[in-house]
Amino acid sequence: MGAADTPQQILDPKKRYQAGVLKYAQMGYWDADYEPKDTDVLAVFRITPQEGVDPIEAAAAVAGESSTATWTVVWTDRLTACDKYRAKAYRIDPVPGQEGQYFCWVAYDLDLFEEGSIANLTASIIGNVFSFKPLKAARLEDMRLPVAYVKTFRGPPTGIVVERERLEKYGRPLLGATMKPKLGLSGKNYGRVVYEALRGGLDFTKDDENINSQPFMHWRDRFLYCMEGVNQAAAQTGESKGHYLNITAGTMEEMYKRAEFARDLGSCIVMIDLVIGWTAIQSISNWCRDNDMILHMHRAGHGTYTRQKNHGVSFRVIAKWLRLAGVDHLHAGTAVGKLEGDPMTVQGFYNVCRDMVTKQDLTRGVFFDQDWASIKRVMPVASGGIHAGQMHQLLGLFGDEVVLQFGGGTIGHPMGIQAGATANRVALEAMVLARNEGRDIANEGPQILADAAKWCQPLRAALDTWGDITFNYTSTDTSDFVPTASIA
Amino acid sequence: MRITQGCFSFLPDLTDTQIAAQVNYCLEQGWAVSLEFTDDPHPRNTYWNMWGLPMFDLRAPAGVMGELKACREANPETYIRINAFDSTKGWETVRMSFIVQRPTAEPGFRLVRQENRGRSLHYTMESYAVGRSPEGARYAP
Amino acid sequence: MNAPEQAPIAPPAASVSAAIDLGAEFREAGIGEVLDALERDLVGLAPVKRRVREIAALLLVDRVRQRLGLATEHPSLHMSFTGNPGTGKTTVAMRMAEILHRLGYCRRGHVVAVTRDDLVGQYIGHTAPKTKEVLKRAMGGVLFIDEAYYLYRPENEKDYGQEAIEILLQVMENQRDDLVVILAGYADRMERFFESNPGMKSRIAHHVDFPDYSDAELAEIAQRMLAGWNYRFDDAARAAFDEYVVLRRAQPHFANARSIRNALDRMRLRQALRLFEAGGLVDAETLTTITAADVRASRHFHADSASRTHNEKP
Repeated sequence: MGAADTPQQILDPKKRYQAGVLKYAQMGYWDADYEPKDTDVLAVFRITPQEGVDPIEAAAAVAGESSTATWTVVWTDRLTACDKYRAKAYRIDPVPGQEGQYFCWVAYDLDLFEEGSIANLTASIIGNVFSFKPLKAARLEDMRLPVAYVKTFRGPPTGIVVERERLEKYGRPLLGATMKPKLGLSGKNYGRVVYEALRGGLDFTKDDENINSQPFMHWRDRFLYCMEGVNQAAAQTGESKGHYLNITAGTMEEMYKRAEFARDLGSCIVMIDLVIGWTAIQSISNWCRDNDMILHMHRAGHGTYTRQKNHGVSFRVIAKWLRLAGVDHLHAGTAVGKLEGDPMTVQGFYNVCRDMVTKQDLTRGVFFDQDWASIKRVMPVASGGIHAGQMHQLLGLFGDEVVLQFGGGTIGHPMGIQAGATANRVALEAMVLARNEGRDIANEGPQILADAAKWCQPLRAALDTWGDITFNYTSTDTSDFVPTASIA
Repeated sequence: MRITQGCFSFLPDLTDTQIAAQVNYCLEQGWAVSLEFTDDPHPRNTYWNMWGLPMFDLRAPAGVMGELKACREANPETYIRINAFDSTKGWETVRMSFIVQRPTAEPGFRLVRQENRGRSLHYTMESYAVGRSPEGARYAP
Repeated sequence: MNAPEQAPIAPPAASVSAAIDLGAEFREAGIGEVLDALERDLVGLAPVKRRVREIAALLLVDRVRQRLGLATEHPSLHMSFTGNPGTGKTTVAMRMAEILHRLGYCRRGHVVAVTRDDLVGQYIGHTAPKTKEVLKRAMGGVLFIDEAYYLYRPENEKDYGQEAIEILLQVMENQRDDLVVILAGYADRMERFFESNPGMKSRIAHHVDFPDYSDAELAEIAQRMLAGWNYRFDDAARAAFDEYVVLRRAQPHFANARSIRNALDRMRLRQALRLFEAGGLVDAETLTTITAADVRASRHFHADSASRTHNEKP
C-alpha cells in the first residue's frame, strides 16, 4: 500500500515540533518498516476513511488517537521518550470485497498499559478513536496480547478443567436452560421451573440477564427457592446440579452481598451481566476465586459493540478481554439459533475461549497467534433459539467443551419441563455415543435422533414440535476472508 | 431411582460391545483408561476405589474389557465407572467418564434440611444405602 | 487400496457355484502391497517369503469360508519364528502384523516386542500384573517374544517364568481375536522349549524357519543399507567387503544382518576420522564414499587380534 504522495514521518526535530498541525503520518504514527516486538500489544482495526482521506493517514490517526497524539503538535512531547510511547500503524490492506474499507495493524508498546486492568486497556484502545471525525467508521477486529501482559491478569477463577472436576461431569457438553418467562414469576413459581428442568436432566438452570430484584420477585426469595430446587433435584438424581444466580445489582456493595448469600446457601455458581463494566467484573472475579465459585458471564449489551461489521468491537476481542478479566462461562453464540452468528466466526470466538494457544485463523476471523500463558480456559455457552433437533449440528460445531442452553426448548415442551429436559439430555447422550462410535453425525444426525426417539417419548414429542425450526438469516458478522487475498 | 452421573446415564445400559466402542474412542484420543468402583456414589465422593492403575499405552479395548470383567466379578452390586484420562498440557484431567455397572436396586438419597436464620436452609444429601450398612454390604440384595 | 495388477499369489479364477472373486478379495484387502514390499525390501529369505504368502493365502480363503459359514472357529494365528540372530525375524513380524491387520485378524496391527524381563517379575505376585500389563498393551496387535525359551527355566523350581507362560497360554487360547503371539529364537532351543511345554506347542499354528543369509545376500544387504544412508562403496571397498563377510562369518557371535549393520557403522566412523584428519576441502563424492581402507582397517583382517577376543569390537 501507500501512494507516492503519502506523507512521511518528519525526522528533523525542528520541523517536527514546530507549533501547528501536522499529518499523523508526519508525526510518526505510521511506520511501514516497524517490526512488532514480542512484547507489543497489537491490534487490527477495520477502518472506513471519509472520502478524500488517505488510508495511510487514517491508519496513522487511529494509532495516534489510541495512544499519545492530540490534534496538534505539542512541545511537551519532547519531555518524554515519545518515540517509544507513540503507537505505530505498520500495515494496511484493503478489505477483500468491501469497497472503501481497510484493515490496519497497530503496535502499542507494553508500557502504555497498566498491569491487570482491562479498564485501562480499553480506555486506550477504544477510548477516543471510534468518534474520530476523519473516519466514517472503525471496528476493532482483533488483538494480540503479549504473554508479559497476559501474565498480569489472573484469568478465569475456575476454568473448564476445575469446573468439570468439581461437578464430576466429563465427556459431553453440559446442558442448561434460561428460566422463562424472564420477568414476572414469583420466587416460588420460579423455583418450580428450576427444579423441574434440573430433575428432568439438565446440569444447570439460569437467571436471565434482567432478573435482579424487581417488585414481583425479591432477590432473596429467588435465591432461596432456586436453591431448594437445585438441592431437591440433586438428591433425586444423585448428580451435581447448579443454578446461575444473577447477582448483578446497582452497586458493588450490593453485588457482594448477593454473592455472599448465594455462597451461604451452597450455590456452586453465580452470574453477572457484561453491562456491570470491566472493573466490576474483575472485582467479582477475585471474589469468586476466594469463594470457590464458578462465574457465569451473560454478555448482555454486547450487540451494541459487536453487531455492525464496519463499526464497533468484534466479539472475539471482547472474549479475549473477558478471559483476561476472569470469567468462567461466556455466551459466545450458537451459529444455528435465533441470535446473530456466522458458524466460522462463532467457532473463532469459541477457540479464543478454549485454546491454550490460539493460532492465526483468518477464515474464523482470528488475525494473530495468541499465547494464553496457561491462563485457564473459559467455557463457552451456546444459548438462544436452539433445540434438541439440532443436537448433531451443535456437537459438530462446538465439540464437548460448551454449555448448550435450551430455554424455550426445555420449558416449552408439550409434555412439560421435565420431559423437555429429558429430551435434550437423551438427544445429547445419544449423539455423543454415536460420534464416539465413529458415526458421521453431520449426515446421520437426524437418523440417530429418530432412533433414540423410538424409545424416548419426550424426545419424539420435541422433534415433532421443533424438528423443522431453523433461523436462516444472512449473518452480518462474517470474517471477510478471501483465501487468495493478501491479508495473511 | 437411577443415579444419572456419567456420560450415558440417560441411555439404556450400554452393552459390552457399546462399552468397547467408547473405550476404543478414548484410546484413539490417546487417553489412559481406568476403572473405579464404589458403593458410596454421593456426587461429592470424588475418590472411588481404583481397580488397578490407569492403563497406559493400550491400542485396543480388549485389555480394558478383560479388567472390566474381572472387576465386575470381584465387585458385584457396586457402581463401576470407566474413566479416560488426558495427560495433555492444559487438560491433565479426566476427559470422559461413564457408568458401566450399577446395583440392582438404587435407593438414592435423602435431602436433609437444616433451618438457619431467616428462611435460609443448609442442605445435606444422605445416601440411604450408606446409612444402613458398612462398606461392602450396602447394596447386597 | 491400490494393489498391483499382477498379484504375487495367483488368485484362482472365480470358483463354482458360490462365485466369490478371490482376486477381488485379495485386492480389497490390500495385502498385495504388503507382500510386494516384503519381496522388494527384504534380500533373500525365499523360504520365509513363501511361508508368509501361504499363510496370507490361507487367511484370505479362511475369511471367505467364514463368510459362507464353512468355517466357524477363529483360526489360531500364533506363530514361531526360528532362526539365528539378524535373519529378519522382527522385520517379518512387522509385515505379518500388517497383513493380519489388513485381513481383519487384528484390530490395530501394531507389534509389541518383549523379552523375558518384560514379562517375568522378581518376587512373588510380581509376574502376573507384569505379564497382564504387557498383554493389555499388545491386544489388537502382535506380541513378539524374542528368545521365548528363556521364559522356561527347568533348573530353577521357583522360577516365575512358568507363571508368565500359564497366563500367556490362557490368553492365546481364549482371546485369539484380540492377540496374536509370535515366539522367536534359535531353532534348537525353541524345539526343546516346545518339548517341555506341549501346551505351548499345540497352540502354535505356523512355524517359520529363517535361514542364514548367503555371503552374496549379506553384501547386497550392506549396499542397500549404505544407499539408505547416502553412502556407497567404491570398487575396491566392495571387493574388500566381500572378503570381510567371509572372515566375519567364521568368527563367534556372528549375527547376520545385524553384524553387517554394526560393521558398516564402524566403517562410517573410520571414514569420518580419515576425512577429518586429512583436512582440506571435501565434496559430496568424498563424503559419500567408503574406501577399501575404511573396510580393511577392521580387526577381522588381522587374524592374530581377531582370535584374541570374543566380543565384537573394532
